[in-house]
Amino acid sequence: MSVPAELSYTEEHEWVSIEGDTASVGITDYAAQQLGDVVYISLPAVGSTVTAGEPCGEVESTKSVSDLYSPVDGQVTEVNEELDDDPGLVNAEPYGAGWMFRVRVVVGADGEPALATGLLAPAEYEELTRSAG
Amino acid sequence: MTDFAGWLMPLRYRSETAEHNAVRTSAALFDLSHMGEIAVTGPGAGEALDYALCGWLSTLTPGRARYTMLCAPDGGVLDDLVVYRQAPDRFLVVANAANTAVVLAELRERCAGPAVQDETGRTALIAIQGPNGAGILSRVTDLALDGIRYYAGSYADVAKRQAWVARTGYTGEDGFEIFCAPEDAEHIWTALSDAAGGLTAAGLAARDTLRLEAGMPLYGNELSADVTPYEAGLGRVVKLDKPGDFVGRAALEARAKEGPRQVLTGLTGKSRRVPRHGYAVLAGSDPVGVVTSGAPSPTLGVPIAMAYVKTDATAPFGIDIRGKTEPADVTELPFYRRGKQA
Repeated sequence: MSVPAELSYTEEHEWVSIEGDTASVGITDYAAQQLGDVVYISLPAVGSTVTAGEPCGEVESTKSVSDLYSPVDGQVTEVNEELDDDPGLVNAEPYGAGWMFRVRVVVGADGEPALATGLLAPAEYEELTRSAG
Repeated sequence: MTDFAGWLMPLRYRSETAEHNAVRTSAALFDLSHMGEIAVTGPGAGEALDYALCGWLSTLTPGRARYTMLCAPDGGVLDDLVVYRQAPDRFLVVANAANTAVVLAELRERCAGPAVQDETGRTALIAIQGPNGAGILSRVTDLALDGIRYYAGSYADVAKRQAWVARTGYTGEDGFEIFCAPEDAEHIWTALSDAAGGLTAAGLAARDTLRLEAGMPLYGNELSADVTPYEAGLGRVVKLDKPGDFVGRAALEARAKEGPRQVLTGLTGKSRRVPRHGYAVLAGSDPVGVVTSGAPSPTLGVPIAMAYVKTDATAPFGIDIRGKTEPADVTELPFYRRGKQA
């Protein structure tokens, strides 16, 4: 199971990568493995507003369904259309071709992007998955 | 891995979709050693089972198998079973892992005369399922598989180890189940895999989607002590015409006469969102039923479900999928039926 060092993580098993004011979001390798083969992903609409820590979509696998949470506040600028035809990309390349959506992040008064409180560093996320068994 | 009725079992080995598709298009192996095996042996074993179960087992020809049920006195289903008549005075009752203790206790209480023995611990079960299964198995056994019809079985050597080989399964595909000693299981598994130049191993997740496509009930989902075989659309397993009393007869006769109150119904989702166990079935905004099993069908590419729906409810139906109603078409069961083999 991989936990890339350059990403941040949520307790709900999303990863987020922030470049400038754009956040890219997907679910982790651990989440994909726990779900099993992903068959359908309901993504937020482009242009819609998402809120850090709130559900904005769902991920269906053979055995279960999970809410997809946004790690950031902002407006959705892009979604991964390829997942519609090939949801298995989430299992095959969760941090690459299996990315899910991009958000223009709201920047706070301090000039910093508004992130979910309690985003986890890679080591913290790894610890979380270990304790989850 | 997951805890399944006290057995540590793989939900999937790698990809459950690939495992599912292997069974539909070629073949895969299952380790089903968790299943309960209870032997009922001795003179009068068949008649004893006629009283204990809702089927007419004394008429079962040696070398044949039958799908049947253990019912409570009120007609509720305590387990669904496959019974093999391995010899005139020997029946092998195969129970669900979670129900083996109940089946054993009930058979001991209900069967006066014959010996009732739990053989689960000394029986391993390997299934090879899929259209190529017979061809692969034939390479490691002298048993003439052409002579083994669906729901028949025979003692035979498999990879030079003794086994009971039966043409049964829980996938809707042709295939065999091989009962053997636990110490021979790995050898037989490896021999089958080698005979095919490598075989996919399939886990519980694939087993569930395969049986759902095939319209086969799962105890705990479609079957429980709260329903009789009639609700599950399996009234044919209740042999009211057999002689003598049997446990549940009066209740089942009454239910057969008045008809079921709900009907196990196949539903195909029209969106990509997947109905799951426990979701409500709606007619308009009225709840008229509940989903017992649902999954994205790997073979059909659409969400499928079985649900108990009130007999007086009329389509069109929807399914409440986490607060949003998704339309679903009533679909005759099974969802998938294999092509007739030559």
